[in-house]
Amino acid sequence: MKLPFKGAIDCDVHLAMPPVKTLLPFMSDYWQDQIVTRFIDRSSFALMSYPTHSPLSGRPDWRAQSGGAMPGATLEQLRSQLLDPFGHELAICHALHGSIALYNEDMGAEFCSAVNRWVAQEWLDHEPRLRASILVHAQNPTLAVAEIERCAGDSRFVAVLLPVMGDSPLGRRIYWPIFEAAQKHGLSICVHAGSTFRNPPTGTGWTSYQSEDYIGQSVAFQNLIISLLAEGVFQKYPDLTFVCLESGFTWMPTLLWRSAKAWRGVRAEVPWIDRSPAGIVRERIKLSLRPFDAPEDPAIINRIFEQINCEDMLVFSTDYPHWQFEGDNALPDGVPRELIRKILVDNPLASFPRLQTNSHVRAHVTQEAAS
Amino acid sequence: MAKKYVAGATSDIAEGGSKLVTLAGRDIGIYNVAGSFYAFADRCPHAGGSLCEGFITGIAVSGGPNDYRLERKGEFLRCPWHGWEFDIRTGQSWCDPNSMRARKFSVKVEAGADLAKGPYVAETFEVKVEGEYLVIEL
Ligand code: FES
Repeated sequence: MKLPFKGAIDCDVHLAMPPVKTLLPFMSDYWQDQIVTRFIDRSSFALMSYPTHSPLSGRPDWRAQSGGAMPGATLEQLRSQLLDPFGHELAICHALHGSIALYNEDMGAEFCSAVNRWVAQEWLDHEPRLRASILVHAQNPTLAVAEIERCAGDSRFVAVLLPVMGDSPLGRRIYWPIFEAAQKHGLSICVHAGSTFRNPPTGTGWTSYQSEDYIGQSVAFQNLIISLLAEGVFQKYPDLTFVCLESGFTWMPTLLWRSAKAWRGVRAEVPWIDRSPAGIVRERIKLSLRPFDAPEDPAIINRIFEQINCEDMLVFSTDYPHWQFEGDNALPDGVPRELIRKILVDNPLASFPRLQTNSHVRAHVTQEAAS
Repeated sequence: MAKKYVAGATSDIAEGGSKLVTLAGRDIGIYNVAGSFYAFADRCPHAGGSLCEGFITGIAVSGGPNDYRLERKGEFLRCPWHGWEFDIRTGQSWCDPNSMRARKFSVKVEAGADLAKGPYVAETFEVKVEGEYLVIEL
């Protein structure tokens, strides 16, 4: 269905990755030299999880409007294909650059920093409706924290971006400095589908086909939530919100059930979990709406929503320019009417403290939504 | 009418120990926590495991990751089947205290001399005047 009003906050919008030569001016002389003389600039740095030519990576009509190139490459496209027609109040954009998978962590950190500078200068500076996440190279949390600190002064950065499959489960203490820095600055953690392929994308080994990786992402998100719970991240960082992007969510009821059940029997191993995990997950995890992983049938959707009790958990996302819906039907049919406003506006505001503190945005959104 | 059953002598159960008895056909576990006695139906309210076969232990608590403390040592039962924990003083499940609890019986300690006046039921042993006994009314 169409968005019933203007003023939505889109939590998952992708910028097409620029060629490396676009990023060079944002790098130090040393790295510019290294990247050019070692021909590293010939690499596309597209993450294997999102092959550029896969039909899912760019909606065909948007792709056609871009002359076959990846949509989301220019501000013009972003405005004419997304921000204007859908009437977005805000869109949080994410630059999933392949450099997060580099083994050389200094080069990786330099790339991430260049991407963030490019996002700020080429996108945020020109379009007031845009917000962004901070790309970090999580293999070295010290460097990641340095980048968060560098960007934190810019209030248009509202989150830190991490892939759901990296070196280790994200709840591990090695990543805590990243969470510490994010919480300190009121940034949320956006965990996006995708892998740096440090590990097989399944717990049972390497896959043969991209479709296996793609379908298996939801399992990785379950692993993420289990890890954050077990490691006590929710207790350690009580003000930090985790937003799962491209996660799907219909797997949530069984995960909640299994975690609550296991907790009763083995909670002594992880005694910091002092109440049923289902309640903790409901409070601390947000899930993006698209891609929607259920039939768009009101009866089915209502049941799933009831089981998850997800009033406050779902945040609006188009996943632009990925091919997740047709035409302007950004909302799946059958989403309960009374939840639409929450999903489009209230929940995104609650998920990103930096959006709330901007009272101008809040007032504007409320006005728009009411009208 | 409720009958007085003598479940054993107080000296049968050392502090921190337990004893499984069958009274009027019911299996009942009796526990000695620091000199006080508690009794529960020996069927875990979850799925029927024998609570008496589980560990008597404390409760693990924490102020956050990397903080592990065992408190109230000897005051909790861990069911051997799926590990649910029950407070021996109340029978309440630690995880779900309001709706999940072990069936509790009150245990009284009575002197043999008083018991001798009767009536009582002692199915398996003889009550002596000089002893102290655990009495459960069913
Ligand atoms: S039967 Fe006791 S925990 Fe399941």
